[in-house]
Amino acid sequence: MSKVFIYPSTSLILSDMVERFGHEPLGVAIAIRERIQTPGLDSPPLQMTPEDPKKGLKYAAVEVPSGVRGRMALFGPLIEEAEAAIIINDSDLAFGCMGCSRTNELVKFSVRQRKEIPVLDLNYPSDEEEGLAFVQSIKEFLDSLTKKSGDRKEV
Amino acid sequence: MANKEYKPEFSGTVTKYVFVESPDTTPQQLAIKAYEISKGVMIKETCFGLQVTGEPSEVTNLINELRKTDPAHIFVKDRGFPPGDPRRCRANLGGARPGYYGHEFEMGLIRFVSRGLLKMNAGEKAEAAIIETIKRREKSQLSLERLLKTINSEEP
Repeated sequence: MSKVFIYPSTSLILSDMVERFGHEPLGVAIAIRERIQTPGLDSPPLQMTPEDPKKGLKYAAVEVPSGVRGRMALFGPLIEEAEAAIIINDSDLAFGCMGCSRTNELVKFSVRQRKEIPVLDLNYPSDEEEGLAFVQSIKEFLDSLTKKSGDRKEV
Repeated sequence: MANKEYKPEFSGTVTKYVFVESPDTTPQQLAIKAYEISKGVMIKETCFGLQVTGEPSEVTNLINELRKTDPAHIFVKDRGFPPGDPRRCRANLGGARPGYYGHEFEMGLIRFVSRGLLKMNAGEKAEAAIIETIKRREKSQLSLERLLKTINSEEP
């Protein structure tokens, strides 16, 4: 079972596909849960403390907005932990009320900087034929990881 | 601002969304099945499916069983917050919950993924050209004609 970073990190489809084919999806919910379940000082709504933008300094320079650094404090450790990544390139939903376009660019850049991990680039399907191609591409990619790691646990 | 102590609720649990988009299964049927087989897992029925909260192993077992109901039409993802959390629940905030728009967008495409899963399980293979398209499709740029049309359509 490999740890697979997914982008957009809130994607229902990617999260499900990775879990369905027997791997562990690394989405932002895991990082948020870790903060929500850790006792400390109250810092609503996401329990992001002033320490988090400092942690983000590892991934972005000090003059970068604290929002980017705070988000990178969530994404950065997941990218470091990942053994593979799946990126959907036409995911406009990652930029919106809870998203940040610059962070998204930095996340994709950071994934590609890890040259030792395999990355699958995709677009969202727009019809049934593309749906089949989408599912098949993800399955073949995840199966190739299974062959590398040598174990398999399909749901 | 005074620092207030934060004591987390539901420590050590996981919360997962179970989305169902099926012509045969409704969220209500799924909730009834979940209640039948859950062992201390908290279940919340929603318009799109369920939210389940509990010990990680119990939640995994429950979800594995629920998936068997309609494997190609049930989709699962992690959630950071427990259900009804005042920081996220729209009963307290009003309006759609942040993150809802992402779900709304993906739920519009999920029927293609379901069909893809069904076809793949039936042994069908996608054409190489379509796989290439889905991996390398360029995002279309705004055409000059459309930009001009938008500018000209503006009211003075």
